[in-house]
Amino acid sequence: MANADCIVLQGGNMAEAHPVGFQWVAEAKARGAKVIHVDPRFTRTSAVADKHIAIRVGSDVALLGALINHVLTHDLWFRDYVLAYTNAARLVSADFRDTEDLGGLFSGFDPETGTYDNTTWAYDEGSDDTLQDPRTVFQILKRHYARYTPELVQQVCGISEADFIYLADAVTGNSGRERTTCWAYATGWTQHTFGAQFIRTAAVLQLLLGNVGRPGSGIMALRGHASIQGSTDIPTLFNLFPGYLPMPVAGRHDTLDAYLAAVGNTQQKGFWANADTYFVSLMKAYFGDAATAENDWYFDRLPRLTGPHSTYETAMAMIDDQVEGYFVLGQNPAVGSANGKLQREAMRHLKWLVVRDLSLIESATWWQDSPEVLSGEVRTEDIETEVFFLPAATHVEKAGSFTQTQRLLQWRHQAVQPPGECQSELDFFLELGQRIRSLVADSGDERDRPLLDMTWDYPDDETGNPDPQAVLREINGYRTGEHGQRELVSGFGELKADGSTSSGCWIYAGVFAGDENKAARRVPGGGAGVSQSQWGWAWPADRRILYNRASADPDGKPWSDRKKYIWWDEEQQRWVGDDVPDFPVDRAPHSRPDPALGGPAALGGDDPFIMQSDGKGWLFAPSGLVDGPLPTHFEPQESPVRNLLYPQQQSPARVIYPREDNLDAPSAGEQGADVFPFVFTTYRLTEHHTAGGMSRWLPYLSELQPEMFCEVSPQLAAERGLVNEGWATIVSPRAVIEAKVLVTERMTPLTIDGRTVHQIGLPYHWGVGNEALVTGDAANDLIGVTLDPNVLIQESKVGSCDIVAGRRPRGAAAEALLASYNERAGVTVQTDNQRITDPPAELHDPAPGDDRDQEGWTRW
Amino acid sequence: MGRLSTLQWPVVRQLRTGDRTGRGVAATSPTTRDLQPRTTTADRVVQSVCPYCAVGCGQQVYVKDEKVVQIEGDPDSPISRGRLCPKGSASEQLVNAPGRQYEVLYRKPRGTQWERLDRDSAIEMIAQRFVQSRRNRWQERDDEGRILRRTMGIASLGGATLDNEENYLIKKLFTAAGAIQIENQARI
Repeated sequence: MANADCIVLQGGNMAEAHPVGFQWVAEAKARGAKVIHVDPRFTRTSAVADKHIAIRVGSDVALLGALINHVLTHDLWFRDYVLAYTNAARLVSADFRDTEDLGGLFSGFDPETGTYDNTTWAYDEGSDDTLQDPRTVFQILKRHYARYTPELVQQVCGISEADFIYLADAVTGNSGRERTTCWAYATGWTQHTFGAQFIRTAAVLQLLLGNVGRPGSGIMALRGHASIQGSTDIPTLFNLFPGYLPMPVAGRHDTLDAYLAAVGNTQQKGFWANADTYFVSLMKAYFGDAATAENDWYFDRLPRLTGPHSTYETAMAMIDDQVEGYFVLGQNPAVGSANGKLQREAMRHLKWLVVRDLSLIESATWWQDSPEVLSGEVRTEDIETEVFFLPAATHVEKAGSFTQTQRLLQWRHQAVQPPGECQSELDFFLELGQRIRSLVADSGDERDRPLLDMTWDYPDDETGNPDPQAVLREINGYRTGEHGQRELVSGFGELKADGSTSSGCWIYAGVFAGDENKAARRVPGGGAGVSQSQWGWAWPADRRILYNRASADPDGKPWSDRKKYIWWDEEQQRWVGDDVPDFPVDRAPHSRPDPALGGPAALGGDDPFIMQSDGKGWLFAPSGLVDGPLPTHFEPQESPVRNLLYPQQQSPARVIYPREDNLDAPSAGEQGADVFPFVFTTYRLTEHHTAGGMSRWLPYLSELQPEMFCEVSPQLAAERGLVNEGWATIVSPRAVIEAKVLVTERMTPLTIDGRTVHQIGLPYHWGVGNEALVTGDAANDLIGVTLDPNVLIQESKVGSCDIVAGRRPRGAAAEALLASYNERAGVTVQTDNQRITDPPAELHDPAPGDDRDQEGWTRW
Repeated sequence: MGRLSTLQWPVVRQLRTGDRTGRGVAATSPTTRDLQPRTTTADRVVQSVCPYCAVGCGQQVYVKDEKVVQIEGDPDSPISRGRLCPKGSASEQLVNAPGRQYEVLYRKPRGTQWERLDRDSAIEMIAQRFVQSRRNRWQERDDEGRILRRTMGIASLGGATLDNEENYLIKKLFTAAGAIQIENQARI
C-alpha cells in the first residue's frame, strides 16, 4: 500500500480498526498519494483522507459498477494489460442471458431451489481480439454495466455526481503504466448477502485498470483477527481441507477420481492441475502409512458433506436437538454471532459445551446471566446443558505461528509457562486426541479406524509443552530420501501423488525448508531488499506480491521504471526482480506451450494468473461463483429502498432462513416498511476487539470505551427526540436493545430515490453478563441470519430498525414491545423471503426481436 | 510533608531548569528520579506478535521472575516499526487481567453455580462425551446409499485467534473423528 499512488478505502475504517497498518497509508499519502474513504460514516479514517464520500450502506456494487462503466465508456482501460492478461476477448455461450435480459436474474436460475445452473455461463470456443463480437466478455461487461451511471449512483448510493467524478478521476488518473491504485476493504464488504460480489466488482475494475500483481496495486483484505488468514489457510472451516482443497461432498465426489477432477483436472492450465499431489500429500500427513494407493490414499474413509454445514446451520441444528456437544475456542457466539438470541437458544439445547477462553465470557455463563435468564424467559434450573470451562494460554504463554492479513507467517516465541491450569489448544487437543484414541483403541469398530490410523505422535519441546515446531514441520511436509530417511520438502513443487511425500498444507510447503523455521526469521526491517523478505515467510513460496508476472508487460519488460518489480532477464533466461517470481521461473514471455500438456507446463508466457484454468484474470467468471458471473446491484435482505436497477429486489441466490426466530422487516414497497424506517450498520472501535472477550476484561480498554452507544445524525436526533448522552431504544424484528446516544454530524442523512434515508451506527463489542468489567446490550441481537451463498457469511453490516428515545423495557415488556412492532409491520416468516420479486418481469426470456441498443430499452 | 522552600516552588524550578512547559525535569522528585522502567530491569525480552487484529505487529515481551511485566512494540518489525495500538499496548493486561481464569470450572445439568474440577478429570469427561455423542449421531450412508461416514453430534467454533499449528491439530482430529461442523470467525 505504501507504493500506491491512490488508495481507496471502502467497506472498512482502517485508521481505527487497523491503526498500525494505517501508517503505510499515511506513508503513501506523505509521498503524494491520494487517499479516499468511501463509508457510511465519517470516521478517523475519513479525517485524514483527502476526501470522505458518504455512501448508503450496502450499495457499493452500484458505485463500483458505475466506475467500471465510466472506465469502459470513456476508454480509460489499460488496453495492453487487459488484452494480454484478462479473458476480455473470450466468447461466452450463445445461451447466456444477462440480468439486463431477465430483470435481475442470470440464465440458469431455479426459483424453487434458489440456485443457478451455470452451464450457460461457460466459454464458447474461440475469442475475438478486436473485442467487437457481442458475445465477447468485453461486450457482455459493457452491456451489463451500461445503466450504472453517475445519475444512478446519486439515486442509489446518495453520492453526488461531483463526488463520483472526483473518485473516478482519482482512480483512473492514478492507473496505467506509470501509476497504480490500491483498494482496501474489510467486513463492510464481506458481511452482505452478496458480499463476495462486492469484492468481485473491485476485481473487475482493478483488472480493467491493470492494477493487479504490481507494486501499490491490488485489493487488500484487512482481516480482523491475528490468525484469521491462517485459520482459513489451515482451516477450522466445514467446507475446506488445508490449502483450499474442498471437503468431499456426497453425490459430487463419491470417488477419488471424481474429487480430483472437480478440484483441478490434469488437463487444465495452472497449478490446480496438480491437486492430486496436494491431496495425496495431505492424506499422508494425516494418516501416514495407513494412506495407501490401494485404499485411494484414505479417501473412502473421509467424512462427506451434504449441504452448507456452516456455523448458522449448525446453530439451527442445535435448536432441533441434532447436535449434542459444542467446542467454543476463543470465540464468543453469544455476543459475536448474528441473531444472538438464536445463538443462546442453540446452546441451551446442547448436552455438553466446552468453552476454552481466558476469562468467563458470555458464551460460558449464559446459563446464569444471559438476557433470557435476566428477563425470566428461561430459568437456570431448567437448563440441562453441562458446561466445561477450561482456561486457555495467552499468546505469550505458548509458541506458534500466526498468519497475518498479507499471508505472512510470523512465529511467536514462548515467553513464560501457562499459569495454573491454563493450557494451549495444542496441548489440550493433543491430550484430548490421546484420550479419545485410548477410549476406542479396542473397540474393533470400523468407524474408529481413522482415529487410530491418524498420526498423533508429537514430542515435547524444551519447555515441556508439545512442540509446535514438530507440527509446523508436518505442515511443511517431508519427502522420502535416497536411503529411506525423511527430509523436509523445500516447496510444493516437490510434492508427489505417489505417496512418497507428505504435506499438511501444500501452500505452506517451504516454511520449514532446510530445517529452518522461516516464520521465525527476524532480520531487522526485513533486510535490505524491497520485499523485506528476511522477516517471516509468506505463502506460497515466500512470494510477497501474488501474480507478480503481471508487473511486467507481455514482452517481459517492466510496464514502467517507476513500477518495476519482476521482469524477464534475456541473458539468464529467467524471471528476476525484487520478489520471488509467482510464475514458472524459466517460462519465456512469448512461449506458447501446447495446452494439451496441462498444468503449469501449459501456462503461456503471458498467463500471469497461474491458479486460473486459462491463466487469465477473469472479468467474467464462467465458474467459481454460485450467484452470478458478473456482480450486480441488489438491495440488502431488508431495505427501505427499492432496487432501482431491476425488478428483482434482493440477491436471488442468497441463503434464506424463513423462521419465527429469524424475522425480517418489510422492504420498500411492502406493507409495514415504515415501521422499521431506518438503516443500521455495525462496526468496531479501536479500543475493543470483536465480541469483547479480549478487551472487556482489560481495565485500560474498558475505561477507554466503557459503554454501548449508537451514532445518529442531528437530523435524526431531532426527528426522534434523541438527546446526546441520553438513552435510545433500537428495535429490529429480532430484538430490542438500548444504547447511549451519540449525536454527531459524522452521520449524514442521504437522499435516496427522492427521500431521506437515515443511517444509525452501532459498535458490536458489548454483551449482557455479570463477568466483564463493562457490559451492555449486544448489537448482534438485532441482526438476522441471511447469508451470502458463496461463503455463507451473514448480512450483519446492514439491517432495518426503529429508534426511539429512552431505555428499553425490562422483562416480559421487552418481548411485548417486539411483538407489537412485528404485528404493526405485518411481519411473517415470508417477509423478504420470496425468491423472485416480480415473476412476470423476470422469468421470461426476451423476444429475439427486442432491440437492446435502442435508447432507453428496457423490458420492465 | 514540610513546606517547600522558595527555591523548590514549581515556577522557580521551571525557571531555574529551563523547563518551560513544566513537564520535564521540573516535575521530578527524588522518588520519580529513582524510578526505573520495567523494561530495563527485566530478566529477558522475548519476540512475539500482537494477538488482536490481523496486521501482525511485532511485540517485545519483557519477563521478570517468570512473569510478564511489560509488552512493547518491536522496532525491528517491518510491518509495525515499533508501534502498537491501544489494544496491543494493553496486551500486558490481557496476560495479567484481573478477571482471568486459572482454574477449570464445571456446571452440571440444571446447576446454578460453577463447581471446581481438576483438569485431568475434565479432559477425560470431555473425551468420554466426545466418543458417546460421536456414536449417537453417526451417519454411515445417506438415503440414496452414498457414503457419509460422519457424525453430526459434535460441533466446534473458533480458530481465528489460535495458532496455525493448533488449527491443524483441531481439523485433523475432528476429520478423523468424522465431525464436520467445524467453523471459525472467518465465516463471521
